[in-house]
Formats: sequence, C-alpha cells, structure tokens
Amino acid sequence: MPKRTDLKSILLVGSGPIIIGQACEFDYSGTQACKALREEGYKVILVNSNPATIMTDPEFADRTYIEPITPDVVARIIERERPDALLPTLGGQTALNTAMALHRKGVLKKFNVEMIGAKAEAIEKGEDRQLFKDAMLKIGLDCPMSGTAHTLDEARVVAQKIGRYPLIIRPAYTLGGTGGGIAYNREEFEQIAQGGIDFSPVHEILVEESLLGWKEYEMEVMRDCKDNCVIICSIENFDPMGVHTGDSITVAPAQTLTDKEYQIMRDASFACIREIGVETGGSNIQFSVEPDTGRMIIIEMNPRVSRSSALASKATGFPIAKIAAKLAVGYTLDEIPNDITRETPASFEPTIDYVVTKIPRFAFEKFPGVDSTLTTSMKSVGEAMAIGRTFKESLQKALRSLEVGRSGLGGDGKPWRVGAEVYGDRDVLPRDVITQKLTTPNAERIFFIRHAFRAGFSVEDIFQLTKIDRWFLSNVEEIVLCEEELAALRL
Amino acid sequence: MRKPCRLAPHRINFVTRRASSFIRRGVTAILALEDGTVFHGAGFGAQGSVLGEVCFNTSMTGYQEILTDPSYKGQIVTMTYPLIGNYGINALDVESTRPHVSGFVIRELSRVVSSWRSEKSLDQYLRENNIPGIQGIDTRALTKHLRSRGAMKGILTTESISDKEAVERANKWHGLIGVDYVKEVTCRSEYDWDPEDSDSRRWRIPGTSNSVGGAPHSDGVDNGKGAETYRWSLPPVRHRIVAYDFGIKHNILRRLRQNGFKVKVVPATTPSETVLKMNPEGIFLSNGPGDPSALDYAAKSVKGLIGKKPIFGICLGHQILGLALGGKTFKLKFGHRGGNQPVKDLSTGKISITSQNHGFAVDAKSLPKDVEQTKINLNDQTCEGFRHRELPVFCVQYHPEASPGPHDANDLFAEFAKLIEGKR
Repeated sequence: MPKRTDLKSILLVGSGPIIIGQACEFDYSGTQACKALREEGYKVILVNSNPATIMTDPEFADRTYIEPITPDVVARIIERERPDALLPTLGGQTALNTAMALHRKGVLKKFNVEMIGAKAEAIEKGEDRQLFKDAMLKIGLDCPMSGTAHTLDEARVVAQKIGRYPLIIRPAYTLGGTGGGIAYNREEFEQIAQGGIDFSPVHEILVEESLLGWKEYEMEVMRDCKDNCVIICSIENFDPMGVHTGDSITVAPAQTLTDKEYQIMRDASFACIREIGVETGGSNIQFSVEPDTGRMIIIEMNPRVSRSSALASKATGFPIAKIAAKLAVGYTLDEIPNDITRETPASFEPTIDYVVTKIPRFAFEKFPGVDSTLTTSMKSVGEAMAIGRTFKESLQKALRSLEVGRSGLGGDGKPWRVGAEVYGDRDVLPRDVITQKLTTPNAERIFFIRHAFRAGFSVEDIFQLTKIDRWFLSNVEEIVLCEEELAALRL
Repeated sequence: MRKPCRLAPHRINFVTRRASSFIRRGVTAILALEDGTVFHGAGFGAQGSVLGEVCFNTSMTGYQEILTDPSYKGQIVTMTYPLIGNYGINALDVESTRPHVSGFVIRELSRVVSSWRSEKSLDQYLRENNIPGIQGIDTRALTKHLRSRGAMKGILTTESISDKEAVERANKWHGLIGVDYVKEVTCRSEYDWDPEDSDSRRWRIPGTSNSVGGAPHSDGVDNGKGAETYRWSLPPVRHRIVAYDFGIKHNILRRLRQNGFKVKVVPATTPSETVLKMNPEGIFLSNGPGDPSALDYAAKSVKGLIGKKPIFGICLGHQILGLALGGKTFKLKFGHRGGNQPVKDLSTGKISITSQNHGFAVDAKSLPKDVEQTKINLNDQTCEGFRHRELPVFCVQYHPEASPGPHDANDLFAEFAKLIEGKR
C-alpha cells in the first residue's frame, strides 16, 4: 500500500526536557520521525520544549514550536496549524499523555485531527492496568494471579488460593499506593492487608502474586497496516523482576529460552499488539518467566516507541522509529527498504551474530540521601551499550563505557570504596559485606558478583542471593577465572 | 583464595597454533575447507573425523531441532549465533529419533545449562551420538567466506593431522551434488505416526488460573507437574493420508495430526501404485536432505500421483513436485538456513517470516504454464511455493511446521485439509 495522500501535515509531539526515565532516546526517535516524514513530503509541525535536541533545529521540521508540552498549549498549536494528523507514539510518555488529554478534551475531534500510529482506544487499553489485564486474559495469556478482598477473611482466602509468599497488596483508590506493600509471610500479610483495607476509601484491596526474582524478557514488535508483524529484537534482563527495566542490565538477544519457548513468546507478542490494537508502528512488550516452571506471564506493553526501541535499533541496525513513522503514514513493511542491506525489504526479523549488553549509569553520588536501592521506579540517569561476540566481551566493554573509572569488572588496579571502607583492587572483601550487596539490588551489584566469586562464593550461592540466572553468573565467573589466571601469570 | 581453575577453552586464541600454556588444556580440532581455508579450535562432543558440506544456519535459537533435522544429513552445520548450548538438551524438542548433522561448528559452548526443561548438556548429547563439534573458531569469518564462495566440502576432525592432510581429505569427499542422501534417512518400512496420540499434542507452557476470585482463564489447567499439563488437546481425526518420508521432521507429523490428519508414513522408494492401493485422502511429500535431482524414483512416484490425490509438499517435497511437473532445480550458492526468511504470498501480499533449510531451489521459470508460482522469498526473489492451476497440488519451499522458527505459516496445514475437503 503506498503512503497516504489524504494527509498533508502531521503534528509530532516531542518529549520535552530530559528527566530520569525519559532521556535522549526520544530525541533519537523524534528526530528519526521528523526526517522520515519530511522525506515523504509531509509538512511536519513539531512541538518540543527541549533546546538541546537536534529535533528542534530549524531544518528538522517545517514549523517548530518551542513551547510547553501541555494539552492547552498543544491545543492552541493545533488550532493555529490545523494539522491533518497527530503522531503521538514517538515522543515517550509525555507525548502519549498529551495526545490522550487532547483526545479526551475533544480537541482532536473538534479540529478533525486524526491520531496516527496508535488510536486513543489502543493507548487506553495498553496503559490502563485493568483494561490491559482483561484484554490479555481474553486472548488466553497468563497474568499474575490475583483477587480482591474487602475483609481480612476474604484476603486470607485469596492468599490461600495463590498459595505462596511474597504477596503484593494494593489498596484500591489510594494515592500512590499508600497502605500497600509486599508481605513475605502470614504475619506481615495480615498486617498489611488489614492496613490496606482500612486505608482504602472503598475498603478494598487487590492481593496479587509476586513475580520477584522471576526472569524478565522484552520483545520489540512492529506491525503494519496490513497486519504484518515482526519481532525486531528480544531482550533478556540480567537483573530479575523487581528492578525497573531502565535500571537493569539487559542483554540482546534472549539467552536462555529454547526455540519452543521463544516462539510462544513471539506468538504472544503478536496476539498482544493485535488485541490492544496498535495499528502501525512499534511496541515494547514485557514478559516474566518463572525459572523453575517456565510459566510465562505478560507484564505490560508500551504502545509506543520506548527506551528499549532505541537499544533494539542500535543493537540490530533496524531503525524502529524511522520505520514506525513510515508505517504510520500507510506504508507496509515490504515497501520500505532495509537500511542495512538496501536491497531487501524491512519485512524481516533481524538475526544477529553477536551479543549486546546495556548497563544503566547511576549518579547517586550527586544525590546524597537518596535511597540507592533499585526498585520498580527508575533511578538511572543514562546507559551505555556495548557489542561483543560473547556476553563476556560485551559486558566488559559496557562496564568500561560507563565512565565510572573501571576498565571492566575489576582487576584494573583501582581501589574499591564500600561506604567508609577502601579496599585494594585484588583484596578479598568480607563475606557479610558481599552478601548484603548481593541481596538488595543496587548500582554496584555487578561488581560485587566479582567480589563474591573471588571470596569463594559459588554460582549457586550467588543465584540464591540474587536470582540472577545461572547462565549470566557462570559467564561472570569465567571473567573472574580469567583474571585469576592472568594474575597468577604476572607472578 | 580459590584454587586455580581450568580456563574455558574458547578463551584461547586457536587461530594460531603457537605453543601456549592454554592450548594443551582442551582437545584441539580442525575445520578444513576444500579451498584450503583452515580453522583451529577446541573440540567438543565426540572425537573423530567427519566429512560434509559446510553450511551455516542463522537461527538464534533451536540448535536441538537443527541437530535432529534429517535434512542436514551430510552437512557440517555452523551456527552464526555465537553462544550455543545455553539451554541444554531436552527430550521434547527433537525432530527425529537422533541428530543427523555430520559435525557442529560454534563460537562458544556454554559451560552451564540454564533451563527448567534441560536434561543434559549439548556436549554430552553430541558425545552420546558420536558427533564431533568444534568451538572457539571465528564463525563470522567462516560464514562470510561461505557467503562469498558458497557452501563447501569440508572436514571436521579432532585427530592430530596436518592442515594439508585435512584439506586433502576434504577435497577427496564426493560432495552433495547428485548424491541420494534420502535413502539414509527414510524409514525402512511403512508405519502409522503416533497411533496412541502421545507425541502429537502441541507443547505449551504450563499456565495457571489467573483470577483467584473468578474463572480460570486458560483451559482449566493448573501448573501441576507432569508432561500431561504441557500439551494442548488434539482434534478428532478427519482425514487419513500417506506421507512420503524423505527425512521427515517430527513436527510436520505433529502439525498434521494437530490439524486432524491421521498419517501413514511410507519409505521414499514406495511406488505410486502401492500408495494408491492404500486409498488415502491425500498425500504429503516431506522435507529431506541433499540434491533433489538425485531422486529420480521419487519424482517418478509423484508423477504417478499428481491429479489422482490431493498433494501437499514441503521443502524437498516441493522440489520433487517441481521435478515431477517437468521443472528444474538448481543449487543455491549458500542456501537459506535460518528462522527469519521473509516470504511474500503473491495473491494476498501477506508476508510470513519463515523457517528455512534448503541448499537447492526450484527454478520458477522452468515450471510449465499450468503451474502458478504462489510465494517468493523477499531476499532473493527465489520460488517459495507454487500450485497447479487445475489439479489439487500445492507446496512450499519453507517450513510451516517451524521448529525451530516462527509459526507464521502454520495455517498451511489447514489449507491442505480444505484442499482435501474440496475434492471429496
């Protein structure tokens, strides 16, 4: 299908200033989209308040508004520019939320602006927890077990049915989840559940099974208007569930799935993007796998280009944002040439002969007093990616790229600072310090895996403390063994 | 301090053979190609020497399915994805009763296996099946070489022979062209596939009932232990067909059964008269190894079946149909082997990402006028499927049964059922 000729001008919403959780990945995706749309001859109207992105350079759009990205301001831009379409999926959560607000206020309808890429209903379905879960259950995908309760007795029944701790308790209609928590045993459960019921204005709590420690995967999916779907990249998180993906070390492609399991995840990803109804463009879909049983749960989907899309683009050479923009204006995947081969079409699934590792960069030293434990809200300020022919090579290169002064996992002769203590590079750290640093996810945990191996911990010991997959741990162990071998040679 | 440990073999630079303290720690192995290219690496799996056509597969997952695919008979398979063995070997993910590759070439063998389904390591599996492997070589350089020069005769050996001798032995091998490998992998006598319906049910990940307060979402199955819960149920049998075994993958048979077919499998040499006497509702032509032009007997049998029964062919079956209809086949330079080949359906425009494994192809231009090309490969425009305009015959070059690979083309089995129903 050729590009749409009924559209002349397209409004692109950027992502505004760089913040933790929304950084230069949307500079990249927005700029790609501007270029792609102009290449196709569309008039591009851009709104973005960030002066530092190349997107707001005059030559990237026909009209550039450096204005606050708020529904009111964007509404006035729409009134003035009268674009035919709004592309909300390439400017991160800010753009998505702004577009949804404009939709709800009736601005888009009033000025006859079509939302392209993803329709409002799809965004709603993808973003709303309950709507998403209902949709996934409808198509037969597995979601976390849960149940609602209004009394402690009801809560006990739900807990018994789920059958194991930890359990997550979420009170209904409280701000920021006040009164909820994670219960690791019956005593804690009763306490938190009762508290939650009391806290909730409707005296209702949701009791949900916890996926802490499960393996986490991501799939980058693209879909065109003819319903052709492809997976651009699979990603496996080094850090198990419980750490925000943005704060996790992630690896592409997935390393520990058999083909049977991978294909089931692929099918589930397509089923998800179709059910949610993202018509064209990219989505990021996250799964969780229980290591001992293989049970696979769909966690969430981002009905837009995301941080992982930038990583997947650079990891595979498939320019997700650029292709997403072209799909949004009606092209199909087989009509767009593949950027790498130039001879074959974009309707393929990249296959790579290398490993890509992304490591988040933290800056806790600049924020004294901030809790440096990694949780489900993102704390990293950036990331470094590296490519290698083995996971070991890419991990070492990524660590070196972080610019935290290390050449890799260690063995570079530089000291280690742990709180007030300073240790030599080859010192063996105390076991209790190591255990503590392994148990709670934190920015330096990867280095403490090295310390742990050097202190005589086994892969199994470290797995029990971290739930990091044994395959990853074994690879880290090999780097440490190599360090030992080299150190022995020097003597 | 922990005691000094053995260094993993792949850390070692095996490209040169200079004396190093590392080198004595693993079994050394040689991969030599007919054009004189030699790679030195570490051996794994069995020890010994094997000859074969050196080819590469770009799938990032599915090494167990690839090893057990009979179509790889006579080939030394290189995986382009560097990290292999990560999830071990399990009893379910097999495509036949044993591995068929001659040798296996990888960049790095995982030291550990990480999978809830794993039963043994890849190393152990290859040792048990007497297949040698080589790791620690630059598989990217090898792949690039094969891409520019084409698939080549080669030797994989753990014997301590000179490079020169290895190259000589690779050159002396007869190669694949004109050789009938089907006779080595086809069944000895006819049999009924899975009469107890124990191996055909589609594997699934164990699910759970989701909403504790409400109805379970999946088919009521809990995450209890035991293989029973990992399988979908089967539909009733609707059609009885005969499948020619040129080296059939089990997942084709499973998929056929999952689509309501009861399958009798017959040896590749079965004459058409014998099959017609069985009076099946349809005939399936399987995948298989090697050069289709070496299989005159198969093309002859198929000729005797065209127009008499509905026919569906996959891979080698597609090539044999091409030959039986009067077309020609040719050898591709380096073949299509992997799980990401884009195929376009010429009538609907729909693209499927497909699993492929073939070194030969049907020349679409050589097909007679009453045959219509239905599908093409978007990478090189080669023929991926055709059908007869009047007779109930259709086939595809790729693998709709996947395993390994994507499930995009799964509905072709249902299409076969429709074809049969239309003719009843």
